[in-house]
Amino acid sequence: MVPLSWYILLGVVLFVIGAAGVLLRRNILVVLMSLELLLNSVNINFIAFGRYYADFRGQIFAIFVIATTAAEVAVALGILVALVRNKATLKVDDVTVMKG
Amino acid sequence: MDQGFFLLFAAVSVITALTVVLARNPVHSALALMACFLQVSAIFVLLGAPLLAVIQIFVYVGAIMVLFLFVIMMIDVREAVLQRFLPGGNLPALVLLVLLGVEMLALVLWSDRFSATEPVAVRGGDEVRALSTALFADYLLPFEIASVILLAALVGAIVLARKEPG
Repeated sequence: MVPLSWYILLGVVLFVIGAAGVLLRRNILVVLMSLELLLNSVNINFIAFGRYYADFRGQIFAIFVIATTAAEVAVALGILVALVRNKATLKVDDVTVMKG
Repeated sequence: MDQGFFLLFAAVSVITALTVVLARNPVHSALALMACFLQVSAIFVLLGAPLLAVIQIFVYVGAIMVLFLFVIMMIDVREAVLQRFLPGGNLPALVLLVLLGVEMLALVLWSDRFSATEPVAVRGGDEVRALSTALFADYLLPFEIASVILLAALVGAIVLARKEPG
């Protein structure tokens, strides 16, 4: 069997990569995608702990995380579309780039 | 056997995650993220959570990534393609990230709390049934709250993305 620490290490690596995307990239789309990556790495941790300690509340919590993520993405992309539309109508600028 | 599969899925997911962050074109990032989600759902299968794996594929790959691709197609990404990665301008963030990664890795590797190598004896069979029973009995209130959150997000997204009248 795979040791628990391997799953945790995978979660750590994915979390750091996602945090790098959030902090270093300036493209708002890539920032949102990196946010998804962060939430996924946390889900891996939840399910791994739930499996290794025979407690399926980890899976339940992961389901709630996924539902909240879906809501967050819908609202964030709605805001993004409104932002692009307003900037494009107000001034000619880099509408797909969020200045840091 | 399990370890080989885990190493394969973990390696591919890390590589695709790096592609998400490093790719210049947001479309490439979205496709790499889709591949990464598929690997993560395979890892869920390895963890004995097939229901979560299916939910992961339906929700993330089926809904969220399609939403991302729709928005990418709606807006003009040609300017964004030219954007550089620019880690040089963000040295404090880079240092912070390296510190965070080293700290978490050191904690996980030194601690003895993560040394479990075998899962505690799994309940026989019907894991999905037990999961759904717990979800709809013990966690009914959070479930309803999650559905209200989804409804609010639905209405909010429609209101935000609507064209202004007049």
